[in-house]
Amino acid sequence: MLRLLNIEFHKLKYSRSAKVISITYFVLITFIALIASIEFKFGGINFRIADQGIFNFPYIWHFNAFIAAWAKLFLAIVIVSMMSNEYSNRTLKQNLIDGLSKKEFVASKFLTVIAFALISTLFLFCVSMILGLSFSDYTEIGIIFSDFEYIIAYFVKLLGFFAFCMFLGVFVKRSAFALGFLFIWWVIENILYALMKFKVFKGTTIADSIIQFFPLESMGNLIKEPFTRLNFIQSAANQLGESFQKDYGVHWYQFLIVLVWTSIFIWLSYLLLKKRDL
Amino acid sequence: MENILTINNLTKNFGRITAVKDLSFTIQKGNVYGILGPNGSGKSTTLGIVLNVVNKTSGDFTWFDGNTSTHDALKKVGAIIERPNFYPYMTAAQNLKLVCKIKGVTTDKIDDKLEVVGLLDRKDSKFSTFSLGMKQRLAIASALLNDPEILILDEPTNGLDPQGIHQIREIIRKIAAQGTTILLASHLLDEVEKVCTHVVIIRKGVKLYSGPVDQMNASYGYFELKSHHMNQLKDWLASQPSFGILKEEGDKITAFLNEELEASEVNKKAFEAGIVLTHLVKRKESLEEQFLQLTNNQN
Repeated sequence: MLRLLNIEFHKLKYSRSAKVISITYFVLITFIALIASIEFKFGGINFRIADQGIFNFPYIWHFNAFIAAWAKLFLAIVIVSMMSNEYSNRTLKQNLIDGLSKKEFVASKFLTVIAFALISTLFLFCVSMILGLSFSDYTEIGIIFSDFEYIIAYFVKLLGFFAFCMFLGVFVKRSAFALGFLFIWWVIENILYALMKFKVFKGTTIADSIIQFFPLESMGNLIKEPFTRLNFIQSAANQLGESFQKDYGVHWYQFLIVLVWTSIFIWLSYLLLKKRDL
Repeated sequence: MENILTINNLTKNFGRITAVKDLSFTIQKGNVYGILGPNGSGKSTTLGIVLNVVNKTSGDFTWFDGNTSTHDALKKVGAIIERPNFYPYMTAAQNLKLVCKIKGVTTDKIDDKLEVVGLLDRKDSKFSTFSLGMKQRLAIASALLNDPEILILDEPTNGLDPQGIHQIREIIRKIAAQGTTILLASHLLDEVEKVCTHVVIIRKGVKLYSGPVDQMNASYGYFELKSHHMNQLKDWLASQPSFGILKEEGDKITAFLNEELEASEVNKKAFEAGIVLTHLVKRKESLEEQFLQLTNNQN
């Protein structure tokens, strides 16, 4: 296993674009801290975002996991190109001739995907911990580590998404087209959702229960938007006579759906590779 | 003798086209093999199958004694297919280091092998800056990293300039002299003729011949003859049972032998028959002629 990771790391280590994008990705996550410095005046009152409770434990896990997940698009580029470049440079063929089996090839890529997701999660954990300890109103151990499932959800979400990217890289063989395909897929899922929600199953929740099984939607479902959970947003809504009734939790079946998709994508990548003549 | 590669009834279909049809042959240790065949005859497909990059339709092949899986066996093989494939953003040395990691061998031979192919001074240049000849030589260095039991070369001189072709041939000759088994696929007959001891000839995916180069045709060679009285010479040759087919090319007659016959014998007999020869050469068919004969016979 270490040998496979070592091989893949060797390939990425010398690629300047992969390095630049990965570093940008991690820098971007640390920029969450910048939100703390946002200040503005609203009706004569000094308003500081950091004081509005977004960095309170345990809410910070939810908030940071949601915001940091956007940056995954950067790593998606790295992952898609690390797959498709093997095709365009024809190095996949050379790797196989040199004695790597197709199984080992997929395994080395998937291990890298796991490593990326794991490092991102650890990184996010550290950033959130530091931000939380400096801004949170509550710092008791019990509170700090409650709602911790959002960090695990973040890991699973990245894992699933990167596995999808990996599959697209193998499937499409060209990085630009694979990323385009990713976007098209996202559009398709949304159109399908809109069609079901407002046409086919109008006025029911059937659309929601179907769409949660779609790959991108299931990943998005893991961590729902945290904004309407904030106190000041809720009180603002209350004044307007609105209230948010939403399930913000992370559920076991949502994990399961994403993990099933992850294994489908890895398995399909392997199957494609096995069937194709190079 | 130790078998390195055994191929049994291998078949590959691409849709309706059969690229390789029921192919069987054996590669034994210590010989230099040539796979000959026109473009599109199934050479590269065959090599692709045994190298794990093309899926076979039916039949099977075994590396060494069949005790190892194909990808483990490939770690003991050095192969170059068509075009050198490396990571363009890595230097020569970095690329070779990666190959070492895949093959599971130590990296201390990198400099030696770069020396063999004459690229040591460019080891820290990026692969993308190399010329085609240099890329091909780097590919050979990479194939040699594990001191392979067999070196497989598919069209190694394709697309190179004469100097590049010469360099590659010298390298192949050097490696062959060390006793490494080599399998060389090519459509260039003189290339195969210069280095190979055995040949496998394929056309349209079907094997026409496999065995030592000099036993390819049951042929005794041919004579090229000239005389001042060509008609007389021709009649006389036709009357001799030792000669088969006669061909007139320019001002020469080419007479193919049906049996072993010395040049001195021909000269003597002709003179006794009253014909004075002005030109007499005995030749063996070149590989090219044998190849063409063999492929034509099958039509």
